[in-house]
Amino acid sequence: MNPLAAIGRAFLALLEAIGRLVLFSLAAVTHIVRPPFYPRVLLRQMVDIGYYSLPVVALTTLFSGMVLALQSHTGFARFSAEGAVAGVVALSITRELAPVLAGLMVAGRVGASMAAELGTMRVTEQIDALSTLSTHPMKYLVAPRILAGFAMLPPLVLIGDVIGIFGGYIVGIYKLDFSPGAYIDQTWRFIEVRDVVSGLVKAAAFGFLVSLMGCYHGYRSAGGAQGVGRAATSAVVSSAILILVFNYVITELFFAK
Amino acid sequence: MSGSGEPKIRIRGLHKAFGDKRVLRGVDLDVGAGESVVVIGGSGTGKSVAVKCALGIVEPDRGSILIDGVESVALRGVAREAVNARMGMLFQGGALFDSLPVWENVAFGLVAAGQHTRREAKPVALETLAQVGLGPEVGDLMPAELSGGMQKRVALARAIAARPDIVFFDEPTTGLDPIMADVINDLIVECVRELGATALSITHDMASVRKIADRIAMLHEGRIVWSGPVSEIDESGNDFVDQFIHGRASGPIRMAVRR
Repeated sequence: MNPLAAIGRAFLALLEAIGRLVLFSLAAVTHIVRPPFYPRVLLRQMVDIGYYSLPVVALTTLFSGMVLALQSHTGFARFSAEGAVAGVVALSITRELAPVLAGLMVAGRVGASMAAELGTMRVTEQIDALSTLSTHPMKYLVAPRILAGFAMLPPLVLIGDVIGIFGGYIVGIYKLDFSPGAYIDQTWRFIEVRDVVSGLVKAAAFGFLVSLMGCYHGYRSAGGAQGVGRAATSAVVSSAILILVFNYVITELFFAK
Repeated sequence: MSGSGEPKIRIRGLHKAFGDKRVLRGVDLDVGAGESVVVIGGSGTGKSVAVKCALGIVEPDRGSILIDGVESVALRGVAREAVNARMGMLFQGGALFDSLPVWENVAFGLVAAGQHTRREAKPVALETLAQVGLGPEVGDLMPAELSGGMQKRVALARAIAARPDIVFFDEPTTGLDPIMADVINDLIVECVRELGATALSITHDMASVRKIADRIAMLHEGRIVWSGPVSEIDESGNDFVDQFIHGRASGPIRMAVRR
């Protein structure tokens, strides 16, 4: 086989996949803003994404805050800069860890489940059935999920911010012997509105991406149970990669000098 | 064809290919108003694809599908929804929405088409369930809690709930025991008659064919190779039909290995 032809084919396939995803995204966004709307479906998705992801996001950010306090204390102790621990925990949690970890956790929990649900609906003809019942599947299935992901990740991350900082506080007070007042004071002195806002913007973007990838792979699923499994895996992997890429892009937009 | 004038559904030169696989190669079929036509044919001959083309789920490569004389191929958005609102479809596997209770499945089309609010639609859904022999207690169950036969009944109730002009049945008795299959066949005949609807069914269950069909069309290799009244099926003089209705392994039909 001609290697150049193989490279060309792979490149064309990549362009085709990007084109399909962009068209799907545009269609989804237009369906979000055009009636009819499905508030009951939206509410159910918001509860599923926001409320039921809370335990996993809370645990992840709590332990991340705790380990961050421990590790940064080990590092800063070498330069007698232990006082910076509270600030580093607050900045790291709000700017990076809470949005990225929450995004990745929601990708694993919600993205996979969306892909599996829509994939199963595709292979059992439930999506076709929607079309025969005067309902556009994109509007009923995809638009509410994407809107719910976009809307629910920011509050989830805000809660994660508080819990993550609280995790650092617990380790700081009970393990590293900081005084509670000094730890809280350090946290307030370091943290700025921009740190929290950048994290929330990331959260909204990640919520959009996770739901989009879950819906995209599920909606296009084919080939029975194996296809549904593949869709769930692809949804998680592609969401995780896009979260890391967009994390860099948004960080660059907010903090690049 | 019962009734005079133009047919309710007129399909002409319908072609559809998936990659290299040419599934439909020029299907021509008329279904008269109030008539029940059953399309028979082996697995993978394109029966489901033809029906999905009529419903706008699959877009044909070329050809024409006239519903009441109006071209429906390439209809989009509101125009497609308006045509589909006059049609009901019973899917092979039922295709019930497993996140919704039974009554919401049945009421789904009524609410989506704006005919009823959710609250108004519930009694209509329960009435339709009664029409297919299911009590109101079934309404609050989830589809996963039902047996295969009951799921088919619910799917039938959903297909007829909005009182459509045209009902499509895709393998309505597949996966059912012979008694339940006969119950479903009776329900189909009864419901279609009561609605005064036109029915286009696809199946390879000959008992079902003989019960629900006014006319039969045989699809083979993407074309209709024979069509005639159900009374003539045993003397069709067509080798494809003879092999199919007698279920013989030998004959002109070679079963496709791939879909």
